[in-house]
Amino acid sequence: MTAPLKLCVRRTDVPTPSGPAVEVSVALPSDVRFIEEAVELMARHCFAGYRASSRLRFRLQVTLSEALANAIICGNGQDPEKQVTIRAHSAADEIELVVTDEGFGFDPDRVATSGAVTEVESQCGRGLFLIRHLADRVAYNAEGNSICITLARHP
Amino acid sequence: MEFSATNHESGVVVVRVEGQLIVGNRQELKALIQDALDEGKRRFLIDFMNTGYIDSSGLGALVSISKKIRDQGGKLRLAGLNEDLRSLFELTKLDTLFAIDASTDQALAMF
Repeated sequence: MTAPLKLCVRRTDVPTPSGPAVEVSVALPSDVRFIEEAVELMARHCFAGYRASSRLRFRLQVTLSEALANAIICGNGQDPEKQVTIRAHSAADEIELVVTDEGFGFDPDRVATSGAVTEVESQCGRGLFLIRHLADRVAYNAEGNSICITLARHP
Repeated sequence: MEFSATNHESGVVVVRVEGQLIVGNRQELKALIQDALDEGKRRFLIDFMNTGYIDSSGLGALVSISKKIRDQGGKLRLAGLNEDLRSLFELTKLDTLFAIDASTDQALAMF
């Protein structure tokens, strides 16, 4: 499939205390078939010029994939008229991923703190749990339709 | 090809996951296993040697597949999980649900 992704890469002019940073943004349709390509695009740009461990790459791939699935399915209801945006800030010390949908948002406090499924054989309910365990920090905007995932390069 | 199935001489269906097992392709894996069940196959080995990452939907699909195989009196084993993939199973406690072996050879010997 050729994904109609709109990729915009911008390098910041202002150096951060930890060195130059890269800003990357992508908008994708509310279709889960685009998740894999969007994740690979973001990974490629976030790791360009940096030595990344396979563990960090894995954490980015899983957490971003989960956030995109939540945004597309739960946030936008897979509405083809709505988009999901990803904004990444990739610096020497950490990577920040912000995934925003056009939905009404949700209250993250209403999701159990651990997010762990109580029944091992449940087929769903592990998404936020994995994000919270694989990310170094997780934050939401007030509306609940945007999640910010931070991954430290050297945890 | 993301999923491929081969029939081992022992009668075990070996399914290889090439790339990712995620929300966008999990139904293909479920359909592949269901087709094999409909053909009368009952012993399955899923090989993750060439898998990049799995998301929560992929894990959910594996749980669903496990139930279907068990309901038909069959057996499922997983193999080839690297350290990162293995950590997902341990975090979610799914390592207690699945029979997990280091390699396909070891898994095939356990059927």
